[in-house]
Amino acid sequence: MSVNLWAPSASIATLKQRAHIMHTIRHFFYQRAVMEVETPSLSQASVTDVHLASFSTSFVGPGHAKGLPLYLQTSPEFAMKRLLAADSGAIFQICKAFRNEEAGKHHNPEFTMLEWYRPGFDEFALMDEMNALIKLVLQVPDAERVSYQQAFINALGVDPLTASVEQLQALACEQGFADIAQHEPDKDTLLQLLFCMKVEPTIGQQVPCFVYHFPASQAALAQICAHDERVAGRFELYYKNMELANGFNELTNANEQAQRFNQDNAYREQHGLAQVPMDKRLIQALEHGLPACAGVALGIDRLIMLATNKQQIKDVIAFDIHRA
Amino acid sequence: MANYSTNEFKGGLKIMMDGEPCSILENEMVKPGKGQAFNRVRIRKLISGKVLEKTFKSGDSVEGADVMDTDLAYLYTDGEFWHFMNNDTFEQIAADEKALGEAGKWLVENDVCTITLWNGSPIVVTPPNFVELEITETDPGLKGDTAGTGGKPATLSTGAVVRVPLFVQIGEVIKVDTRSGEYVGRVK
Repeated sequence: MSVNLWAPSASIATLKQRAHIMHTIRHFFYQRAVMEVETPSLSQASVTDVHLASFSTSFVGPGHAKGLPLYLQTSPEFAMKRLLAADSGAIFQICKAFRNEEAGKHHNPEFTMLEWYRPGFDEFALMDEMNALIKLVLQVPDAERVSYQQAFINALGVDPLTASVEQLQALACEQGFADIAQHEPDKDTLLQLLFCMKVEPTIGQQVPCFVYHFPASQAALAQICAHDERVAGRFELYYKNMELANGFNELTNANEQAQRFNQDNAYREQHGLAQVPMDKRLIQALEHGLPACAGVALGIDRLIMLATNKQQIKDVIAFDIHRA
Repeated sequence: MANYSTNEFKGGLKIMMDGEPCSILENEMVKPGKGQAFNRVRIRKLISGKVLEKTFKSGDSVEGADVMDTDLAYLYTDGEFWHFMNNDTFEQIAADEKALGEAGKWLVENDVCTITLWNGSPIVVTPPNFVELEITETDPGLKGDTAGTGGKPATLSTGAVVRVPLFVQIGEVIKVDTRSGEYVGRVK
């Protein structure tokens, strides 16, 4: 089967719907006095997250004859937090994000992200606002909410916060993942396997579903909850087998943030992954003072897939990676 | 045999799974925004024909299977083995009943079949998509009926039974689609 690779992977009709949705999203934030910002795609530092791979390049020019290493950003999070620390107030951004090693039905290595931050909000207030946006774009009822722990227990009958590695290994083997699970010593990998394959298909099928209070070991850049140290102020939004958004009650403590970055790099070293320079400018911004805030990143391409009833990400972007 | 990482997975790649050569049908990456990536793969076991789903941790690798397809002409059967020949090199290969499977009822002398070899031995015989066979037995049916309402069974020279329109008679040669086992038309 031959395919015209010059031609767009999305139809022009879908791209018109896309343009309309982009307008709706911008209008939503302008009405709420959230300022639109733009931050660099290329940065001297990048994310240390052990499951994210950045593209890198080098700037050669005035002042950098030998080349300045730069990373394409996997999300605009760090730069947006620097704006918040400089008292920007509520901000949003629609930009391209870049993730190496990711391509498939729901992934393109270059994709469009909507990210916004709300000083003074906690993760639940931000879920309320996100619910309003999702209802507007997808014409759906209010989203459901369930804690990570409850969603896991409902689907698999095991408490993810108290289960041991051995229990999770046995559970994963029972569920048909013995090849992966029997020698997997990492609790989070086992949890992610079971959550992706067995819990996700049970949630957000009729209406969108927020899952909140992720395990503290998967906090990423969220605060650990004061009421229960086993969980973090991190939430995700799922709808129709798609992970749509990831949000945090943002970690504001500079020392703890630096510690998490160092932990990531230590893990990277142990596992033969490339070291990533810690974003010292983010740490400095946190030292200066990040206002208490909540923030969330939403995959716009996936939102548009749901709005237009398309099955693959390439159906809603003009040119997917194979046509780029 | 080489190992393949999940990034090399694609439709048609042959890998070893549970000691059996398999062909990848579909490969899908499943990755949470924060967390480990997995590959959900649909696989066909080449010997049993079973289709199953397997999940891999992205970055893991599996052993490749030394599987190749070769086009060979069918010669004859001695009752135990079915003999095929490479028309260029005249090299001959014998497939047993297990490898032959359902293909036996579509074998016509000199027709070129696809023989799948694993470590050099035949494991699957795939007949041509279309074969032409003579009808050896069928009810005479009504003269002048061309509508073919439902049709009738007809036995072919190889023993295969297919449904044919009522007007088709014993001694005629018909074309059959071996993938569906359906009558395509009469051969003049």
